[in-house]
Amino acid sequence: MAFQSESDAKAYWKENLGLMVKLMVVWFVVSFGCGILFVDALNTIQLGGYKLGFWFAQQGSIYVFVVLTFYYAKKMGDLDRKYGVDDE
Amino acid sequence: MDLKTMTYIVVGLTFALYLGIAFWARAGSTKEFYVAGGGVHPVANGMATAADWMSAASFISMAGLIAFMGYGGSVFLMGWTGGYVILAMLLAPYLRKYGKFTVPEFIGDRFYSRGARVVAVICLIICSVTYVIGQMKGVGVAFSRFLEVSYELGLLVGMVIVFFYAVLGGMKGITYTQIAQYCVLIFAYTIPAMFISLNLTGNPIPQLGLGSTMVGSETYLLDRLDQVVTELGFAEYTTSVRLNMTNMFAYTLSLMIGTAGLPHVIIRFFTVPKVKDARTSAGWALIFIAILYTTAPAVAGMARLNLMNTIEPTQGEHLVYEERPQWFKNWEKTGLLKFEDKNGDGRIQYTSSKDTNEMVKVDNDIMVLANPEIAQLPNWVIALVAAGGLAAALSTAAGLLLAISSAISHDLLKGVIAPNISEKQELRASRIAMAVAIAGAGYLGYNPPDFAAGTVALAFGLAASSIFPALMMGIFSKRVNKEGAVAGMIAGITVTLLYVFQHKGIMFIADTAFLGDMSANWFMGIEPNAFGAVGAVVNFAVAFAVSRVTAEPPQEVQDLVEHIRVPTGVEGAQDH
Repeated sequence: MAFQSESDAKAYWKENLGLMVKLMVVWFVVSFGCGILFVDALNTIQLGGYKLGFWFAQQGSIYVFVVLTFYYAKKMGDLDRKYGVDDE
Repeated sequence: MDLKTMTYIVVGLTFALYLGIAFWARAGSTKEFYVAGGGVHPVANGMATAADWMSAASFISMAGLIAFMGYGGSVFLMGWTGGYVILAMLLAPYLRKYGKFTVPEFIGDRFYSRGARVVAVICLIICSVTYVIGQMKGVGVAFSRFLEVSYELGLLVGMVIVFFYAVLGGMKGITYTQIAQYCVLIFAYTIPAMFISLNLTGNPIPQLGLGSTMVGSETYLLDRLDQVVTELGFAEYTTSVRLNMTNMFAYTLSLMIGTAGLPHVIIRFFTVPKVKDARTSAGWALIFIAILYTTAPAVAGMARLNLMNTIEPTQGEHLVYEERPQWFKNWEKTGLLKFEDKNGDGRIQYTSSKDTNEMVKVDNDIMVLANPEIAQLPNWVIALVAAGGLAAALSTAAGLLLAISSAISHDLLKGVIAPNISEKQELRASRIAMAVAIAGAGYLGYNPPDFAAGTVALAFGLAASSIFPALMMGIFSKRVNKEGAVAGMIAGITVTLLYVFQHKGIMFIADTAFLGDMSANWFMGIEPNAFGAVGAVVNFAVAFAVSRVTAEPPQEVQDLVEHIRVPTGVEGAQDH
């Protein structure tokens, strides 16, 4: 194991989980939230010719998913470097 | 040039390309055969993953489903893309770090049990076989419609092509062919969509066109669509819910975790060099998938509008049957489109009411395939759609067949039955397993079992309720042990299968459905197709409960969990 200490290993895993939870909340809100649970409320707002809730369900959630995965990859790269466990 | 010649040329060229790649990328070792040598660039892997993932169902059926379900069809869009977020964050990097060849291998090692490995192999084979039947049918249908050869001959040609590059090249051949297939299928999907969007809205980008006004009018396309369908008594397009909100929620969740648990998708992430590459590769895969998945709703809405406008050009004035367009006649021949003149006026009435509707059959699958014809696009575009449909079906079939053959040769043969065989023998065994799998899939394509229609739902249900929870607990818990994992997987599958069977019939034989396929009996209003999410919850609950009352996993297994959580020191996907 490449960590300096046991506590570093714990801290790394904790930060990883924290980031994951934050991003999974966003994942849930754009799809299950905006696309399903609150769709009626959002449909009262227009985005061009789209009702907003409908847009989230058929377009917006997918765009956010793409951003989420790349953001996660970038943040994890930073975290790996911070703890000296990047695989270069 | 007539359409048939054009189609032969386009499809012939793409097939020549796939065969060329097959010869160039032959596999020399088991590592190349199972994981393409573990050296595929993340962008290339993302593209191959996208082609692997997007099947005949995504290419041909999905937009058709959305066209008739409207907002309710969103479950497929969110479900089949949202799973990649889970895969990218929760599974792919850790499984890549683990560095072995197959999904059952991980489950067997993490839960230190051959039994767990065998249960995982069984789940994998059921998932993949049910899925592959659909692809084979897709190949046969695309051939018979566009090249006007028989369904059987079409299927045979498809099998020979897959045989060449999958048996020769294994994962290596499949990966590079899938990259070519992705390019073919994405052009084939987006080009007609752009033409149609331009025709209807003046905006060539379908994602924007769907939210734009109609050409020469101030009305938004979606408002017009809502108006047209409600006038005929159908549910409003942009708000029509799939059964109920609980069901939409469960369906979306089932598809998401099913996606993340499908073995043929997961093994794609074993082919990249590093953990970091597994993370970005999932992102690239999602971008390539999103291009099609954000275009699909536009294709769906516009195809529905075009269909309605063809049949009823202005309100109250219906198309005369004798003057129906050529595409209408073509599809009538296939039996996927049927007209019955119920009121005997020689005109076509298309309504939501069973008594007056004269379009007695409009198959979902027509919408994408006939779309370019309905919109009167040039022949080369229609030929391209045929090649795209074939690319989608072949690439997914190859990925599934690889997952099946590696489970047999690596997990069952090398892992359980004959651990002492040499690499050369194992490579030969995996080629034989692949050939047998192709022949088996072809046989099932010729004689599709009665339950074929219901099986994709079963594949997702099984992946969601068995494989996904086992992988999650394997990575994120050190406490879940062998007893817990095996009990959880079995409980998850059992609950899901029982629910599907009690409503749909045992092995989908309708007479044996002991509760009948009626929504009154559904648990919380959830349809059988969406039940994988509930099965997954049962799996987690049982696994944790059983693990609590049995001994904790041995130290070396807990060390393995620590090991996969750290990205450094990754080795190439290894032999033992």
